[in-house]
Amino acid sequence: MASINAPRPWRLLGALALILVVLYGTMALLGEWTPRLGLDLRGGTSITLSARTTDGTDVTDDSMRQAVDIIRARVDGSGVAESEITTQGRTNIVVQVPDVGEEELVQLVGQTAELRFRPVRAVIPGGSPAPVPTPTETGTPTPGATPSATPTPSAAAGRAVTEGLVAQGTESPTATPSPSATPTPSPGAAPEQPPAAEGPATAEEQAELAALDCADIPAGTVDDPDASLFTCDQDDASRFLLGPADVVGTDIDSATAGIPQGDVSFVVDLDFTSDGAEKFLASTQALSAQTFPNNAFAIVLDGRVVSYPTVENPIPGGRATISGQFTQEEAQALATVLNYGALPLTFESSDVSTVTPTLGSSQLRAGLLAGAIGLGLVLLYSLFYYRGLGLVVMASLIVAGLITYAAIVLLGVAIGFTLTIAGIAGIIVSIGITADSFVVFFERIRDEIREGRSVRMSVETGWVRARRTVLTSDTVSLLAAFFLYVFSVANVRGFAFTLGLITLVDLVVVFLFTKPLLTVLARSRFFGAGHPWSGLDPQRLGAPSRAGRVRERLVGPPKEATS
Amino acid sequence: MSRRNLGNRLYTGEASLPIVTHSKRWYTISAVLMLIAIGAMLVRGGLQLGVEFTGGAELTAQVAQTSDTTVPDVREAVIATGIDEAAEPRVVVVGDDNVRIHTGSLTPEETTTVRDAVAAVLDVSRDEIAAQVIGPSWGAQITRQALVGLSLFVLAIAVFLSVIYEWKMALAALVALLHDVVFTVGIYALVGFDVTPATVIGFLTILGYSLYDTVVIFDKVRENTKGITAQNQVTYAEAANLGLNQTLMRSMNTAIIGLLPIASILFVGAGLLGAGTLKDLALALFVGVAVGTYSSIFIATPLLVDLKNREPTIAGLARRVEARRAAARSQRGEPAPAPSVVAASAARGGGVVERGERRQPQRQTRSQRRGNGGRPAR
Repeated sequence: MASINAPRPWRLLGALALILVVLYGTMALLGEWTPRLGLDLRGGTSITLSARTTDGTDVTDDSMRQAVDIIRARVDGSGVAESEITTQGRTNIVVQVPDVGEEELVQLVGQTAELRFRPVRAVIPGGSPAPVPTPTETGTPTPGATPSATPTPSAAAGRAVTEGLVAQGTESPTATPSPSATPTPSPGAAPEQPPAAEGPATAEEQAELAALDCADIPAGTVDDPDASLFTCDQDDASRFLLGPADVVGTDIDSATAGIPQGDVSFVVDLDFTSDGAEKFLASTQALSAQTFPNNAFAIVLDGRVVSYPTVENPIPGGRATISGQFTQEEAQALATVLNYGALPLTFESSDVSTVTPTLGSSQLRAGLLAGAIGLGLVLLYSLFYYRGLGLVVMASLIVAGLITYAAIVLLGVAIGFTLTIAGIAGIIVSIGITADSFVVFFERIRDEIREGRSVRMSVETGWVRARRTVLTSDTVSLLAAFFLYVFSVANVRGFAFTLGLITLVDLVVVFLFTKPLLTVLARSRFFGAGHPWSGLDPQRLGAPSRAGRVRERLVGPPKEATS
Repeated sequence: MSRRNLGNRLYTGEASLPIVTHSKRWYTISAVLMLIAIGAMLVRGGLQLGVEFTGGAELTAQVAQTSDTTVPDVREAVIATGIDEAAEPRVVVVGDDNVRIHTGSLTPEETTTVRDAVAAVLDVSRDEIAAQVIGPSWGAQITRQALVGLSLFVLAIAVFLSVIYEWKMALAALVALLHDVVFTVGIYALVGFDVTPATVIGFLTILGYSLYDTVVIFDKVRENTKGITAQNQVTYAEAANLGLNQTLMRSMNTAIIGLLPIASILFVGAGLLGAGTLKDLALALFVGVAVGTYSSIFIATPLLVDLKNREPTIAGLARRVEARRAAARSQRGEPAPAPSVVAASAARGGGVVERGERRQPQRQTRSQRRGNGGRPAR
């Protein structure tokens, strides 16, 4: 049996007040007073893309991350504001934009991003000139190595590491080409031909490159592998004129980042397919005969230059190492890009929804109206059935509503939670679940009163019994919400999230508000003495008229003895 | 007799619905309902799946006022686009200001074409037409995800209930769950409503609700049957039945309070919005909560009793109780009472198990109570 001394109701109510103050104080500090609405409530376009690899293998998390980055770059580049790109499950990417009717966007985001190696014909480095990464020569001598190579034996036993790739610009805008490069025209350079131009840029092309504004490059343009390409790096810093693609992403077998034994800085090891090995050898043969910048090839992903290593020797054997002063992150980022190129993801647009703002706001209105009506009906019923306790239900639901609202607003800021129509439905449905905790509790209290206990005592003993039931049943709800959230896609998640959220809020409210409030109220004359309108009238509840009631004199004389 | 008094009498066992006693009756009713539900699914050839599952496009236009010619006009306009996938559009008017068009899967350009055509014929701007285009494999993907989640959820619940209660309660609760889902799905097949992701959300919520409701009752049953084999006053079935009756008012109140907001969604969703997420969701919920409340009371608990009665100790208890009662009857020269009276009077004994000191004097009043046949007051 619960001890009657146990409750410290004011402390619990104080804790609740503190929670509310913190929640609303945070909202005031952030200046956020309204929840973030989902597209189905405010209108907009939502595109769900399902990724698949071109060869049917599993989609890796790395390539998904890369794909999200690519899509984000494309959407941002297209000038759409307030876009939101998230992943759902392991293979879905959801792009949400507030605009309606962006058919172009569907095409834009759904394209397969291609990786290509293109010879550099001209480059205008961006950013402040900074010292280049020290060219670290790696690799074992290979049969095809030109005499100019100064190979150092690689410690990686049994591993034919090829030499001669030095990264010049690896996403870092400070990376500039090696100043040691002598800009003498290479004798093997073909004369510049517009169709399949190679070699150094012509004067016109140089002028065009100088005039190139990186911001003008359309996002997600699929570059023609057989033509030259004017483009920039991913930071819009350096500008490039690149020749037709020699090697494409699918020629790469795999890429890994690591530190070769005996070395200190990170490198990226590349393995080519047999086809790719041939192409790469041919390409490096041509490149190594030239001077900077024409001895470099650009690694181009989705039309943008990721990195442009120089080639010092032809590289046969289908293996290459890109070295430079990479940090671990840089090396891994480059390896991810190369691996993505090896297995580019194709996207199928699974769900393209356009909701007009009119439809959105009418859904919102309907949801709010349904919620208000539902809440009103619940309150009416509670008052009818539980009389005075109905007011407790009302107060508890109001507190639950306040906490839920604040939680939704703050979660919108913290984790980008948006309220969707399914979420609103979840909230409305949860009114029932929340109210049920009170029903369970009240019925237990009334059971105790029927046993002949005083109202004060009944609140405490009834709570002990009800608490376990509430905890058990809320655990079931939480489990349901959790599994729904983790394993579902699309708008089921919004529903599961609010369901779980409100179950937690329910626990907070029952423990920190309803229970202590009843403890306090039980001391009052109205509830404590079991006024006929309190919902706790022992007479009406059929309690045996025995000493049990009179035992508690604190509540005053049993006035209802006349009834 | 007021409802309040009924609650009191149910609690004390004075009025008791012999629910467990008549378990065969409920099983039969449910079996018939299940057969109808499954039959409906077979006859109807499964459920009417929404565009999210089948793939295709759904366009919704909001207009000031629809007329009799709206549907044929829109149909003509869509067919006139000459797009293969849109050659057989399904056009319906929802509410009195929404026009909904279903076609096959469209490319983004085709979607624009169709939207333009519809916008022209309805005299609204293209941006006023909502569109949803679903790829052909999306439905399979979300179905698979939902099934994986569902299986793991059921497994987790089974483990959870087995740990805090016992596996028999878990089994009984899950059978009741299955009952609710089959029934609700059957209703959908029978009525021919579209099954959309919102409906699936509804189904999933039913799972949670059905279990939640069952757990509340089982909690009371467990309380009443704790250490039950240590006495010979009441059987497990009777103690369970008392628990059921004691929580009956709770079950009713919870069902009513749960159904009120759902009914308001249904009303607002269907009445003001025509169709849509809210309506799809609320319909599944409404049916599910109602049948979930029913199954917690009439299926889960009787099933639990049947499972428990297979245990030698519980069966032995039932025999001891019966023997004791038979002895008491022969002493007083009474005839064997009707089953429902046994349930009612012995349910009273359930209170004895729980709280040893009370009610003993009142046991003398059994014959008085039999004045109303020991039947429920209703």
